[in-house]
Amino acid sequence: MPDNRYENTSRPGQEHFVAPPEDVRVGVVDAVDTSEAPSSLWGDAWRDMRHRPLFWASAALIVLVILMATIPSLFTSTSPTECHLESSLAGPAAGHIFGFDKQGCDIYARAIYGARASVTVGVLSTVFVVVVGTIIGSIAGYFGGWLDTLLSRFTDIFFAVPFVLAAIVIMSLLQNRNALVVAIVLATFGWTSIARITRGAVLGVKNNEFITAAKALGMGRLAILAKHVLPNAAAPIIVYATVALGTFIVAEATLSFLGIGLPTSTVSWGGDLDKAQVSIRVAPEIMIYPATALALTVLSFIMMGDVVRDALDPKARKR
Amino acid sequence: MTPRKRLMGLGAFALASSLVLTACGGGDSGDDSSEGTSTGIVTISNGEPQNPLVGSMTNETEGGLVVQQLYSGLVYYDAEGVVHNEIAESIESDDNQTWTITIQDGWKWSDGTDVTAANFVDAWNWAAYGPNGAKGAGFFDPIEGFTETQGVPEFDEEGNVSGMAEEPTAETLSGLEVVSDTEFTVTLNQPESDFPIRLGYSAYFPLPDAYYDDIEAFGEKPITNGPYVLEDWQHDSEINLVPNEEYNGPRKAQNGGLDFIVYTDENTSYADLQGGNLDILENVPTSAMSTFEEDLGDGAISEPSASFAAMTVPEWLPEFQGEAGLKRRQALSMAINREQITETIFAGTRIPATDFTSPVIDGWTGEIPGNEVTEYNPEEAKSLWDEANSEDPLPDDYVLTIHTNTDSDHQAWVEAVCNGYINDLDIKCEMTGYPTFDEVLNERDKGPDGKVNGLFRAGWSADYPSLQNYLGPLYSKAALAGSNDGRYESDEFDAALKEAAAAPSLEEANTLYNKAQEILFKDLPGIPLWYYSTTAGHSEAVDNVEFGWDSMPLLYEVTKSE
Amino acid sequence: MLWYIGRRLLQVIPVFLGATLLLYGLVFLRPGDPVAALGGERGLSPAAEIAIREAYHLDQPFIVQYLYFLKGVFTFDMGVTFTGRPVVEVIAQAFPVTFQLAIMAIVIETVFGIGFGLWAGVRKGKLFDSTVLLWSLLLISLPTFVIGFVLQAVVGVQLGWLPITAGRDPDFISLLMPAIVLATTSFAYILRLTRTSVVENITADFVRTARAKGLGRGKIMTRHVLRNSLIPVVTFIGIDLGNLMAGSIVTEGIFNVNGVGGTLYQAITRGENVTVVSLATVLVVVYIVANLIVDILYAVLDPRIRYA
Repeated sequence: MPDNRYENTSRPGQEHFVAPPEDVRVGVVDAVDTSEAPSSLWGDAWRDMRHRPLFWASAALIVLVILMATIPSLFTSTSPTECHLESSLAGPAAGHIFGFDKQGCDIYARAIYGARASVTVGVLSTVFVVVVGTIIGSIAGYFGGWLDTLLSRFTDIFFAVPFVLAAIVIMSLLQNRNALVVAIVLATFGWTSIARITRGAVLGVKNNEFITAAKALGMGRLAILAKHVLPNAAAPIIVYATVALGTFIVAEATLSFLGIGLPTSTVSWGGDLDKAQVSIRVAPEIMIYPATALALTVLSFIMMGDVVRDALDPKARKR
Repeated sequence: MTPRKRLMGLGAFALASSLVLTACGGGDSGDDSSEGTSTGIVTISNGEPQNPLVGSMTNETEGGLVVQQLYSGLVYYDAEGVVHNEIAESIESDDNQTWTITIQDGWKWSDGTDVTAANFVDAWNWAAYGPNGAKGAGFFDPIEGFTETQGVPEFDEEGNVSGMAEEPTAETLSGLEVVSDTEFTVTLNQPESDFPIRLGYSAYFPLPDAYYDDIEAFGEKPITNGPYVLEDWQHDSEINLVPNEEYNGPRKAQNGGLDFIVYTDENTSYADLQGGNLDILENVPTSAMSTFEEDLGDGAISEPSASFAAMTVPEWLPEFQGEAGLKRRQALSMAINREQITETIFAGTRIPATDFTSPVIDGWTGEIPGNEVTEYNPEEAKSLWDEANSEDPLPDDYVLTIHTNTDSDHQAWVEAVCNGYINDLDIKCEMTGYPTFDEVLNERDKGPDGKVNGLFRAGWSADYPSLQNYLGPLYSKAALAGSNDGRYESDEFDAALKEAAAAPSLEEANTLYNKAQEILFKDLPGIPLWYYSTTAGHSEAVDNVEFGWDSMPLLYEVTKSE
Repeated sequence: MLWYIGRRLLQVIPVFLGATLLLYGLVFLRPGDPVAALGGERGLSPAAEIAIREAYHLDQPFIVQYLYFLKGVFTFDMGVTFTGRPVVEVIAQAFPVTFQLAIMAIVIETVFGIGFGLWAGVRKGKLFDSTVLLWSLLLISLPTFVIGFVLQAVVGVQLGWLPITAGRDPDFISLLMPAIVLATTSFAYILRLTRTSVVENITADFVRTARAKGLGRGKIMTRHVLRNSLIPVVTFIGIDLGNLMAGSIVTEGIFNVNGVGGTLYQAITRGENVTVVSLATVLVVVYIVANLIVDILYAVLDPRIRYA
């Protein structure tokens, strides 16, 4: 049953009363100066962000990571797949500033070339879970009632499927193992968390006065959800997504470990972290390079997430 | 790290095992029982047994280790793999085909009943009878009448067993006959000179009469005749054994009992050994391969084992058929720097292979004519590969794939082998991983219809110390339905095996088996990689720790004071 | 409210049917043949293979196997594993220890996550905030394996402060290290979620009002800022309880905890369909109850949220 009890009525403890729209001529009450340029949420956010050094710092880092992913040869002329066992675990040498891994591959080149697969996996799966999770979670939270029950229990079913089982089945059905396929597998069973986070956040926002006001103004329900509820519920979604980006990149290592990740010829940070594990007693430092590259990527997205969130929140905006 | 499936046990053999005959450490060995025994309870790392604790039901190392302590068979193996009588008084034959087996008097089950010849015959008959589903049924295949106990299976279009076309016509093996309480005879289908060697394998252990009363309950709380009896089995956690008071055989327990601790991660058992929570570690984790001898000092054990690794070249791949195909096989073998890989990737815990068996097996020589292909020779390899390509060109986008299950540490060496091919042969090479062992089995069994379109890993560990136990199961036509997964078929090789099996003595048999290997080197159905070592360790609290030919510790002789 | 709770619990039934059917579909689609794997490299005799298939109904079509499973659930007799152990016994053994571990991990990550998150939010942009950010980055970027391995080697083996492994009948002390390792990744999430919510709420009107009323700083923080910041955090803890109850293959392996994660993984790789689906079924019930608790907590934290 749609939960619309509070739309037009007051309840105990509530001081104000919102009159049904047909009783009051809203236009008269809320006359606005229409000659003023409309201020859009994102426009405001942009004006705010571009004055912040943190925004430019994180943007620079993201650009750097994207450059590494797209044109790795800008950063190194060494091939990450040219490996000679003679140099196994050898220390830094001329042209190889970080030394070599167990297979005798250049660690620096692998850290650079690993960006493409890892960032693709991380970003694609994050985008996928955010889109699916936000849609399902916000509909469940905002409309409530039977729709909430249906969507929430559907989420439960997906949540109950063990990730390893699902990954083994899907990866063996899909012959072509590339970054896109890995992202789909990670996302298929990753969207449930973000759906719940969104639902919780929407539940918290939807009873705010400004939502009631928007309803009173006769705004459509979907429009309210998109324009008022979601932007105000965005903070936990952004936070969750930025952290999840990192965990997705690491999760690719789990798939590699199970033998269903990216092909061994594809260089990735997750795969290298996994491979470094057998040398952990002898050469723990090998792990530092892919882990640092991963940490920097996550850092850039977390900082960007923080800036965007601040910019979306008018209360936190500096005047 | 994931739990590791040890379907292919990392076997061990003791070629040069030093027999440490020191008494129990410390001077306070207040023993009240027989001389030389200690009273401490020894803890051993193990995995959860995946079958009931019955010899013929167990085919994996976890259960095998426990079963060996619980039961006594006709013979047992010492650390060097030499066969000694345990219950058997004598095992004799004039023609290597009909064997008369007499057993000693005075052996008892833990419920007080006598061990009789019928206990062996009944147990073997039960295990062989197809519908009972015993995992070790195949071990009775050489005995006369085995086919009649199996029936004829039906296959579906994919070649999988789908049902029975004909039910078994006999419930017992016609080749087995009880003569008296202490004697029985075995008739084989053909002469097999190494038959007595096989009898120490757990599938040939006897079972008490009580077994057939409640088969399901028995596996959880068995009545046994070995050095130990089961006290408690807390699944996925611990198995506790105590010495069997009734036991008076050569494997008398020298300690106060055994606690098998179940681990799923070898790094964890290693940490427990270092922390003093564990006495005997069966397997050193890959991450500690290069440091364990330093970490454990006197407690480190590294010996050659009975396990052998190869890459099988499937016969169904056109690029490996004919003249050009053989050249490619040779090239792929010569382009592997076995020395370097065993040193670098395995920290010297594997030994480059020069044949298809294992150096710990009696009869191994390592000097088989034709085994030069196991020597690293990149120039020759490259020219052979190029020659093959000029005769029978490969497509430009050809990628050589190496298929392996990934639930154990195989990725590192596959990558190293591939990098060698990339560097020396200038080809593309990639691993194809399978997350579960049964998926590899399945794809391999499908042959040309499966996903296997390249080389695949083959690991083999002998069940009993005999050259035949490598060559037959891996490359004979008889094993096409079993473990000859590359589908190698050679009449010449089969005839050579048959000749060797019928040889009047073991020495002659071994010479003939090695002759048969020459045929394998000519055809290269597989590319030998390396022999495994047993890499294990023990704490300072225990003494006299030895690992047997099958990589299993000889637990009865371990001493530990309290 | 009782009516609401009752209705939610009734929803277990359709979710149970849906989840088990989906799971059964997946284990059915799983590549490989578990019966073949029982034979190892050597292979089983065909007669033995058929006998085993019949005993586990593996020769039956998908839907028949599923119905056998349903029958098993309702008679509390889900059959036996390939080793002959009753599945019910496997469940009874795996869940208690995982439950204990999950609760310990939840307490650790909640206390530290919320504590540090609150402080970092209040001191936004200051040194403490940045330090905490760097630490959480470290925890995100290193695989669990590494964190567990290092902790075990240092605290367990070298210093000997805590037991190296949990082993048989683990107690609170021996589960402490695995609980800390389990809590690490979730700690990063809770910390970031709390911090952001606090930053958002600290400038809210009701805080200004509270301050104007002359309320003490501590009271403002706990009663107003924190309480209003907790909805996303509580949601996440609910999700995490579900995740933690599913166990962790890696952490359980490192500390030899005999829990749901390892049991489930083994069952998946061995192809023990009934065990996989049975374990996952218990998880479905756990998720629904966890979600119900979270939904009730929403109403406690924000009185404007009401359920019919």
